[in-house]
Amino acid sequence: MSSSVNTALENAQTEVSTPEPPKNQPVRKAKRASGVVGLLLQNRKAAVGAFIVVFYVLVAVLGPYLVPYDPTQIVGRRHTPPSWEHWFGTDGSGKDVLSQTVVGARSSLATGFIVGSIVTVVGILIGMTAGYMRGRVDDFLSTLINIVLIIPGLPLLIVLAAFLPAGFWSIIFVLSVTGWAWGSRVLRSQTMSLREKDFVASAVTVGEGKLRIMLREILPNMMSIVVAGFFGAVNYAIGAQAGLEFLGLGNPSNVSWGNNLYWAQNNSAMLVGAWWTLIPSGLSIALVAFGFSMINYAIDEVTNPRLRSQRQTASILKKQPAKVRRSRATPVLMEGNGD
Amino acid sequence: MSEQRDLVLDIKNLTKHFPMGGMRDTRKVHAVEDVTFALPRTEIVTLVGESGSGKSTTARLISRLIEPTSGEVIYNGKDVLKTQPGGASLEYRGDIQMVFQDPFGSLNPAHTIGYHIERPLLIHKKVSGRKALKDRVHELLDTVGLGPADETAAKFPYELSGGQRQRVGFARALSVEPKVILADEPVSMLDVSIRVGVLNLMKRLAEDSGLSFLYITHDIASARYISDHTNVMYAGRMVEGAPSDTLVHEPAHPYTRLLLSAVPNPHAGLRTQETQARGEIPSLIDPPPGCPFAARCPHVMDVCRQIMPGAVTIAPHHWVRCHLYGDGGESPLPNAANSVG
Repeated sequence: MSSSVNTALENAQTEVSTPEPPKNQPVRKAKRASGVVGLLLQNRKAAVGAFIVVFYVLVAVLGPYLVPYDPTQIVGRRHTPPSWEHWFGTDGSGKDVLSQTVVGARSSLATGFIVGSIVTVVGILIGMTAGYMRGRVDDFLSTLINIVLIIPGLPLLIVLAAFLPAGFWSIIFVLSVTGWAWGSRVLRSQTMSLREKDFVASAVTVGEGKLRIMLREILPNMMSIVVAGFFGAVNYAIGAQAGLEFLGLGNPSNVSWGNNLYWAQNNSAMLVGAWWTLIPSGLSIALVAFGFSMINYAIDEVTNPRLRSQRQTASILKKQPAKVRRSRATPVLMEGNGD
Repeated sequence: MSEQRDLVLDIKNLTKHFPMGGMRDTRKVHAVEDVTFALPRTEIVTLVGESGSGKSTTARLISRLIEPTSGEVIYNGKDVLKTQPGGASLEYRGDIQMVFQDPFGSLNPAHTIGYHIERPLLIHKKVSGRKALKDRVHELLDTVGLGPADETAAKFPYELSGGQRQRVGFARALSVEPKVILADEPVSMLDVSIRVGVLNLMKRLAEDSGLSFLYITHDIASARYISDHTNVMYAGRMVEGAPSDTLVHEPAHPYTRLLLSAVPNPHAGLRTQETQARGEIPSLIDPPPGCPFAARCPHVMDVCRQIMPGAVTIAPHHWVRCHLYGDGGESPLPNAANSVG
């Protein structure tokens, strides 16, 4: 009896003294990952933005298999308003607008993400090289960045697009060439300030190579800027692609939001009052841009505590309007029930 | 105390001038001027001086984070500035390690503690195999008193206190089995209560592992506690060097006396040596000739404003650059073997 108590006690003690060491690492990782994503999703702006973007990505991926009609085929009379047969009506040549809008998402979002990736990678390479190397290399790359920044974007886009064969990849090329400079400049200045930190100096003293210092020591510390820059570039690319195609500089047989608007304009949709040919594609562009912007604001807020505290203060003020004295002195919040 | 000491580092006339930035601006900041000292094997040598005196720059010059304007860094008998003109070799990087002042800035917030210690081990190929790597990381963390090691290795820097981070800094420096550690104010950002722990860690490492330390501080009391020899720097120049006890008991240079009078809890012998010098360190931009301390010195003479005093040996292993001693002429620095003792 007593021996069993003793062993039980011993068991209890060993259990207490060794708090399951092997489990430690995965648990920690999971906690950290949910920390960043969780923090973002708690943010209302991020949730709204993510919802919109995920919705459109699903439409782009799955939509073409679900649409009722082939968007390139004439399936009805011209300019018929929305009906049960054609939910969004038909366009000026009798094609189904719903199908065009859904299928167009794929081209527009693909352009956005491809251009966003290219612009981000090029921006990282050029910006970080300039910021880290400094000296002559920086002088040269900064000049290049400034030249690209100073060239008016839309005219260059139009000229380039006009000379290249019309098509999906030409537009991606044109948008990448004109879009990388802004991200480069931001990352350059951020790299310049991070490279003066002691952890970079200590990486040098243990013998890390330049490339590794840039990619593994400095880059992870500006991920929020990189991600925000990526979403900004996606936004820019979707808008600019639609703009170029609207002007007729894309391949007009390709189905995309910009081309839908181009055809609507060509078929005088506004003159005949066929608003249903304009609204779906136009609203989609606006909503996607809104979604990405919301995510960007949220990233900004999460990584910049000053903005977060402003929002908290504002929400406290909203909840208790009567208790805040309006005076010239620093406002004092009575019984702040925020955190 | 033989004259032929085994010097692991011998610094001669090390000078660094930073340009002023502007395109047409030819002025230069004389951050480090003509610094000469030696670091014998397994000893701790201190550089002491107030902010802006060029201590940290000296350490960064020796570790070759920045390249000196002129001078010699003789490591194991070879001038590394001549033999490796394009930057430090991997071998030199492995032998000379640095511990930084700010424990909050010297660890990358994006990486775990384990990563910080693994990298130098991998770069310098000190271990082979994942198991050996893990074991060595844990061993190093235990060495610096950061147990339980596997828990610490998985943590991120923000989860550690300042003292613990500074210990990680030491573990990282030790990982490559260096010969010299340049400790740039390793305790100045730490709470007083944990300073002694870090200082004792350094002392133990010097005794047990055969390491040499260059300890940089503005706290002359800790210099005396930890080091064998102390050099005093002022405005980029070395003004006095002596065995640490001698320097505290018989300070020769007025600036050293000023530093000692600033120690908040002086010993009885120091109370009588109160000095009246006050003011700031002078501008280092194209400084005028003469002794840089002349503006603050209570014993200033006319000659001080015209000629930089040479180094005068006033006792064995004790030298000073001041016109109060010697003939006032410009004499060369004593050679390093003499100056260290």
